[in-house]
Formats: sequence, C-alpha cells, structure tokens
Amino acid sequence: MPTSVPISWYLILSAILFGLGVAGFIYRRNIITVFMSIELMLNAVNLTFITFSYTLKQIDGQIFSFFVMVVAAAEAAVGLAIILTVFKNRQTLMIDDVSSMKY
Amino acid sequence: MNLWLIPIFPLAGFLINGFFGRRMSRTLINLVAVGSVALSFAWVVKTLLGLAPLETKYIEHYFTWIQSGALQIGADFAVDRLTAVMLMVVTGVGLLIHIYSIGYMEHEGGYYRFFAYLNLFMFFMLVLVLAQNYLVLFVGWEGVGLCSYLLIGFYFLEQYATTAGNKAFIVNRIGDFGFSLAMFMIFRQFGSLDFTKVFDGAKSMPSEAGYGTLTVITLLLLVGATGKSAQIPLYVWLPDAMAGPTPVSALIHAATMVTAGVYMTARSAVLFTHAPISMDFVAIIGLATAVVAATIGLAQTDIKKVFAYSTVSQLGYMFLGLGVGAFSAGVFHLMTHAFFKALLFLGAGAVIHGLHGEQDLRQMGGLFKHMRITAITLLCASFAISGFPFTSGFFSKDAILVAAYERAPWMYWVGVITAGMTAFYVFRAWFLAFTGDYRGHAHPHESPLVMTGPLMLLAALSLFGGFIDIPRWLEPMFAEKPENQTLAWVSAGVGVAGILLAYVFYVAKRGLADSFAKAMNGFYTLVLNKYYVDEIYGALVVRPLVAISRVVLWRGLDAGLIDGTVNGVGARARGVGGILRLLQSGNIRTYAAWVVLGSILVLIAIGFVGGAR
Repeated sequence: MPTSVPISWYLILSAILFGLGVAGFIYRRNIITVFMSIELMLNAVNLTFITFSYTLKQIDGQIFSFFVMVVAAAEAAVGLAIILTVFKNRQTLMIDDVSSMKY
Repeated sequence: MNLWLIPIFPLAGFLINGFFGRRMSRTLINLVAVGSVALSFAWVVKTLLGLAPLETKYIEHYFTWIQSGALQIGADFAVDRLTAVMLMVVTGVGLLIHIYSIGYMEHEGGYYRFFAYLNLFMFFMLVLVLAQNYLVLFVGWEGVGLCSYLLIGFYFLEQYATTAGNKAFIVNRIGDFGFSLAMFMIFRQFGSLDFTKVFDGAKSMPSEAGYGTLTVITLLLLVGATGKSAQIPLYVWLPDAMAGPTPVSALIHAATMVTAGVYMTARSAVLFTHAPISMDFVAIIGLATAVVAATIGLAQTDIKKVFAYSTVSQLGYMFLGLGVGAFSAGVFHLMTHAFFKALLFLGAGAVIHGLHGEQDLRQMGGLFKHMRITAITLLCASFAISGFPFTSGFFSKDAILVAAYERAPWMYWVGVITAGMTAFYVFRAWFLAFTGDYRGHAHPHESPLVMTGPLMLLAALSLFGGFIDIPRWLEPMFAEKPENQTLAWVSAGVGVAGILLAYVFYVAKRGLADSFAKAMNGFYTLVLNKYYVDEIYGALVVRPLVAISRVVLWRGLDAGLIDGTVNGVGARARGVGGILRLLQSGNIRTYAAWVVLGSILVLIAIGFVGGAR
C-alpha cells in the first residue's frame, strides 16, 4: 500500500459518526430523526468493522457488517411501520407527546 | 394349563358389565356375571383334574413384570395343594353367592354396578391365591381391598355406608403398611420375592443368625394379616363392613377376602416356623380375637352384626391354628368356615329380604313357619359353626383345638369356652329369629328358588364338608398333627351345652335372658358397646389425628407455610414491581438516555475487567 490513509483516521471518523448518532438519539424530538440517528450509529459501527477487516486482512469484519446491514434493513421495516401507526393514531411525530406508557 | 384363564373370566365379566351394563337387560347382566364365574369355576375344576394328584407345585411363567437391578418380578401363577383348596372355595362359594345375588339384588338400584364389582373382586381374589410371588399376591391383596371398599360403600347415598367403607379402607392401609415393609425386608434378606426362592432361602438359613430377621419379617406380615383378616387390634372395620349388601358380607367379609390373611400366613408357613416368637404372637392374637369377638357377639341385636363378630371370632380360631403350627387345620377351618359362614350370611340375607330390610333380631321371631327352607338351612349352618358332632365345624375346629392343646393346654381350654359362646350366640340369633311369636310389622315371605337353591347347597356342604380331609390333602406341605378323640368330644360337648343354654334362655324360659343381663349389668353394657373399642380408638387415634391434621398440617403447614411462601413471593414481587414501575416515565427520550447510560456503564465495566480478549 503506497500512501494509505492511517487507520486512526477511519476510527476517528467512525467515533464522530457514532457520537453524532448518540447525540441525535438523545436530543432530537422527531421520531424519524431519532430513527435515523440509530441508523447512523449502526453504520458507524460498520465502518469500524470494515476498517479492521481491511487492516488485519481478515474477512470476518466484512461478513459482520453484512449482518448489521440486514438487521438494519429489518429494523427499518418494522420501525417505520411502528412510526406510521403512531402517526395515524396520534397525528404527531414528537416523541415527548407519546408517553401513555407512563406507570 | 393356562392358569391365567381362571382370573381372566371374571375380569372380562367386570369389563362388560362395568362399561355396558347400564344399557344391558338384567338377564344379560346375570348371564355375564354368573357365567363368567361359572366358566372360571369350570376351568378350576378342569385344571385341578388335569394336575391331580398335584404332588409338587405347578408353576406358569408369563412374562417379566419388573426388572430393575437385582429386583426381578415375574408375572407368575402357580398351583399347589393349598392354592387348589383356595381356588375351589373362592370360585365355588363365589359362584353360589353370585347366583344368590340375582334374587337378593332384584329390587336394588345399581344392579350392573353390583355385579361388576363382584366380578372384579373375584378377579383380584383369584390373582391373590394364584400368585407365585409376594408382589403379585400384593396386587390381589390390594385389589380385593378396593372391591371391599367399593361394595361396603355400595349404598353410597347413606352416610353410614360411606363412612364404613372409608373405615375399612383406612384400617386396611395400616395392615398393608406392615405388609409392604415385610416385602422390603424379604427382598433385602433373600434378594427375591419369588415364593420358591424365598422359602428355599429361609430353609437354608444358618440357624440362630437369621432368626431375628425372620422374626421381624413375620411380625410385619402378621400386621398385614391382622388388617386384612380383622384380628386384634385392626378388627374394628369388619363389623362396620356389614353396611354393604348381604351377599357382599357373605362373599367378601366372611367366606373369602378376610381369609386372605390366613392364606398368606399359611403360604408363608416356612418363614413362620423358623420364627417361634412370631408363631406365639399369631396364636395369642388369634386366641384373644376369638374370645373378645365372641363375647361381643353375645349381646348384639343386629343379625348381621352377630355374624360379623362371629366371623372375627372364627378368623381368630384360624390364626390360633396357624400359630400353634397346625397350618393344615387352619386352612381346613378356613374352608368349612367359608361354607357355613357364607350360609349364615346368605340365610340372614334371605331373612332380611323376606322382611323388607329389617335386620333387628328384636323385630323378628316366629319366622319358621314363614320361611322353612331358610330356617332349616340356617339351622344346619348353626350346628356346623357350633361344632356339633360330624358337621363340618366339628372336624375343623377340633383339629385346631387339639393342636392348641399340644402347644399349651390353657389355649385349648380358652378355645373350648369360646366354642361354647359361639354355639350360644349363633343359636340365640336363630331362636330369636325363628321361634316364638312374630314381633315385627312386615309381611314375611320365603325367598325365591334362586336364593334358596344356593342355601341348600351350602347347607349340604356345611353338614358334610368336614369329610373332605383337608389335613391329609395338605400333608405334603404341612406336617399333620396328632389326633385326640377325647379332646374333640369335650369341645363338641361344650358346643352342645352352649346350644342348650341358648334354648333355655330364649325358648324355654324367655325372661331369663333379660334378668341375666340385668344381673350382670356392668359386663352386659360393656359387651353391648363392644368394649368401647371404637370410642377408644376414636379418642386415642382418630380425633388426635384429625386435630393434628387440621391445626398443624392444614392451618399450620399447608395454609401457613406453603400457601404463605407462595403468596409471600407473589406479594414481594408486586411490591418490588411497584417501586420499579416508577422508572417508567413513558418518555421515550428518557429511555434513550438510560440505554446510553447503560452502554457506557458496560463499556466501563469491560475496561475494568480488562477488555474482551
């Protein structure tokens, strides 16, 4: 590898993306944004997997990232269905308004 | 020889009548019930003729029933001379009683149920006598106990009948407990429950060393026998068992089932003869039971109760015979007793039937002219049980008493006095029922032929059954006992004296009995109330047991500890949940924060441990 990007750069990028995901997960009020934040975290993890797989010349990480993608797709299907139902019933996407599970 | 066919016929009868009897006509039920027993009887006769002279034991092995480590139990049947006697008595007398029941049960409800139970009883009784090891015997033993319970409680709408059934069942459990322990001990000692192996093992035991074990085993077997055969201290269930229909009293509680303990003891003769202490116990328990039951029988006013105590007393005689080593005499008396006691009960049943359910001797009297056949056959049975010369009871009872004299003269004299009492109370019942003037209000009538037929056959057997020389037939199995003509005539004389005394008291001088009872007021009250044994048992055993069960076991252990634990766990879970649910804010962002916090905590924890290596 002639001029390769150092591994730390990838990891830092991944960490930043993950941090953004966590922040969005906690602070955003729109349920769709929260959902997208979860996707962001998943993909940050994916990036880490690929990085290590590339550096260590092992295929395991890439396989794992495929699994994560499959899970993410399934999760998106279920999650979006839930969101649609919530919206239908409550005409809102603000998660603070959806608090009927209290006690 | 297909021994298994013998019990399988009544079982088939039970299944057919039990499952389909409700929709079958009475004729068909009779055909199935009586026919199955008749087939069984026929097969017994055929088998015994085929096997005669039956010098050695004939064994049939069908399959291995239980195989577990050293324990191997086969489903085996066997016939030897002792079993042959039992088979003839059980199927023969059983057949007569089945026929009789057709007439007796004519007006009763639950007709098919009655015959189904009766057939089931025959099945288990035949399994009991055919068994070749203790466990198969135990199956029959428990089975007849079950049928006894079902038939005592046959009139299950009556409180007294169900109570009596429960009493019989529970008292028998105590005996069965002893029997089970005996089986465990036998298996530990001999490594088998098979009769042949156990008895061979007992014979070849080193003399003094094993006697302690054998004594324990035989005493435990005796506990079982006292339960089933109604001996002191477990005899209390038998008088109450008269709550069942009278043919049941005749078949189960006089002729066959209650003799199972005698049969089992005779079967285990090898074990008992090697344990002299147990033999003494058997003899003394038998003698005590004979005396106590006979004295109670003197004052009873219910005709069935008189005969019930008489049964207990006669069973005591059999045990006396076994205990003094005269096993063949005990079995002989078992057989003759089956004849005359079945007859006494069936005769009593005919009287009760003819009086529309009246059982009180004080409400009878003068029945001779209304029911001649019943009266005469009952008279035959009364002579037989009194040991009147050349009736069946004369031979068998005297065989026992002579053997008792060889063992200890005082046993003989107590036995003779008891024989006198036996003659007295049986004839008291007969005189009260059949002579004098009628004191009741029903319209007495003679029973149909289907009932009187068996009575006449049994009367013939009671009179002449003594000429079947059972002691000689059993000689290859048990050593024969010496005879003693003088002693035999003495006891017969006492029997006749008892008869005459009853005649004087209840026919010649009517008032004498009452004034005599007044004179001996204390004893009379004691005997009339059966020595208060039921009350004593109630105070000492039953009520404390009920109280402990209620206060300690039910309220304390069950409701307090077990329910308390379960309810407590439930209540704590609710309490903890009540606190934890405060965390449920319903706010999704709060949950998200918890998730993140949790993740961070996990990461920190992993860091502390040193990471996933």
